[in-house]
Amino acid sequence: MSDDVAPDSQVPSWTRAVQQRLARGLPVERLLPDRQPVYVGSWVYAFGVITIAALVWVIASGVVLAFFGPQWWHTTSTGRFFNSLHFWSVQLFFVFMVLHLWGQFFMASWREGRAPTWMIGAVIFLVSIVAAFTGYVAQQNLDSQWIAANAKDAVNASGAGGFFNVLNFGQMYGLHVMLVPVAITFLVVVHVVQVRMRGVVAPIEAPGEGAE
Amino acid sequence: MTRPYDLIKELAIALVGTLALVVVLAAVLSSPDVPSVTIRSWAQQQPVDLVTTATGELAGTTFSAGYGAPYNGGSDAVQSLGFFSPQAWMGTRLPVDSAQDFVLKPLQASSAGNPDLTAALSQYNDASDSQRTAWLDAYTKALQDAKADNGLVAVAAGDYGPLPVMMSSLLQIARAGALDGYLLSSGGFYQTDYTRPLLFMGDGTYLSSLAEDQHLLGSQWGMMNETGNYPGQTWLWLYTLWYQVPPFNGNANADLMVVVAMAVLSAALVLVPFIPGVRSIPRWLPVHRLIWRDYYRGGRSASPTARPAGGATSPPLSTGP
Repeated sequence: MSDDVAPDSQVPSWTRAVQQRLARGLPVERLLPDRQPVYVGSWVYAFGVITIAALVWVIASGVVLAFFGPQWWHTTSTGRFFNSLHFWSVQLFFVFMVLHLWGQFFMASWREGRAPTWMIGAVIFLVSIVAAFTGYVAQQNLDSQWIAANAKDAVNASGAGGFFNVLNFGQMYGLHVMLVPVAITFLVVVHVVQVRMRGVVAPIEAPGEGAE
Repeated sequence: MTRPYDLIKELAIALVGTLALVVVLAAVLSSPDVPSVTIRSWAQQQPVDLVTTATGELAGTTFSAGYGAPYNGGSDAVQSLGFFSPQAWMGTRLPVDSAQDFVLKPLQASSAGNPDLTAALSQYNDASDSQRTAWLDAYTKALQDAKADNGLVAVAAGDYGPLPVMMSSLLQIARAGALDGYLLSSGGFYQTDYTRPLLFMGDGTYLSSLAEDQHLLGSQWGMMNETGNYPGQTWLWLYTLWYQVPPFNGNANADLMVVVAMAVLSAALVLVPFIPGVRSIPRWLPVHRLIWRDYYRGGRSASPTARPAGGATSPPLSTGP
C-alpha cells in the first residue's frame, strides 16, 4: 500500500455519509432511551405504544387470514377465530390511536419543531380509515355487500369511482392485504423515528417552552 | 432532570396486554358474519321484487340504468356543486348497460334449446321503441299487484308482449343460481369484480330490506354500524353524522358535499399546527394540566429541556410515538 492512499475515514462514501447522518440524527441512546424526562409520567404516554402493539396483532392476524384466503374464515372455526382476532385488534387499534391523537392534541405536541410528527400521525389516522374500509368491503358477507353498494355513490361523486371501484372485490382485497398495510407500516416507522429524533414535548408554559 | 425508563419492557407489556385482551374478546364475543345475499336467494325469497327490478332495467327506470358516470351516460346520480363535478369530468370508465348486462344478455345466453324464449327475445328485439315502452309500462303496472305463486310471478291478464316469457325465464335462471354467474362473468375464467351483480341487487329492495333489518341504512347511521350488535366503523361517526343533518340530509348532492366537507376537515386535522386559534386550544383548555399534573402540582424546577444521561446534545426523549 502506497503512502498517498487516503485513510479509510477520509475516502468519500455514500454509505459513510448515511452512517454519519444517522449517528448525528438518531444515535442509539435516542432510538432506545433508558431514561425519560421527569414529567413523562402519564398514561397518555402509553397510548401510542399500545396503538403500535395493537397494530402488530392486526397485521399478524391479517397475515394468517391472507395466507389461507378470503373464504377460509367463513367456513372454519379456526378461521373465524382468527377473523375475530383481526376484528378486535382493529377495534383496539382505532380506540388507542384516537386516544393517542386526542392526548397529543391537548399536549399541543406539535410545538418546538414537531409539526411534521403531528402531520404524519394524522395521515396515519386517515390512511388507517382507508385500510379499515377496504377490509370491510372485502369481507364477502352481507355487511360488505351493503357497504360497497352504498359507499360507491360517495366514491363516484368524488370522481374516484372509475379508479377505486368499491364493488370490485379483487381490487379492494389487494389494497387491503398489501398496499395499504405497507403504507401504514412505513408511515408508522417514519412517525416513530420522528418522535425519537425530537423527543417528547415539554409541558405547556414550562420554563423554556417554545413556540407553537 | 430525567429518571430511568424501560422502553422495551413497556413495549413488551403492551404487546402481551393487547394480545390477551384481543384473545379474550375474540374467544368470548367472536366476530360478525351475516352470510352474503345472492341473486338466487333474492329470486327465491322475493321473486316479484326481482322481476320488477329486471323490468325496470329494460325500461331504464332503475337507479343504475340512469346512474351516469362512471357506469353510463345517464345523469340521475351525477352530483355537482355548481361547476364542480368531478364525477362528470371523469366520464364513463366502468361501462354498464343495465338492460343488456342484467337482463338481455343473460337471457340470450340461456336461450339455447328454449324456443319460447328465443322467439320472445326476437319479438322484443324486433319491436319498435314505442311498442316496447307500451309493453313495459303495462307490465310494470301489472307487477304492482303481482303475486308470487310456487316460484312464479303471476300478473293480471294483459298485453305485455314477450315480457312474461322473458321474465319467467329470467326468474328461472335466477332461482337456479345461474344469473349470479352470468352477471359476474366478464368472459374470462377467474372473476373478482362484483360491479354488475351488486348494481343489479342494489336496484331492488331485497338487499336494502335486509340491510334495514341490520340497522345499516344511511338514515340509521349505517356506515358506522355493523351487523348484529358488534361495533362497526365507529371512526366514521363524523362522516356519517353529516348525512343526518341539514343541509346534507336529503340533498341530491349530499355525497359530494360530505366528501368535500370531510376532505377539508381531514386537511385541517393534518394542518392543526399551522391553524391560528385551533393550535392554541390546548393552551386554553386545562386538559394538559391533568396530563402533566405531577409536573404542575410539584412546581418542579426540572428544566423541560434537560438532557438524558449519555445524550448531552439530545432533546428529551419519548416513551412512545
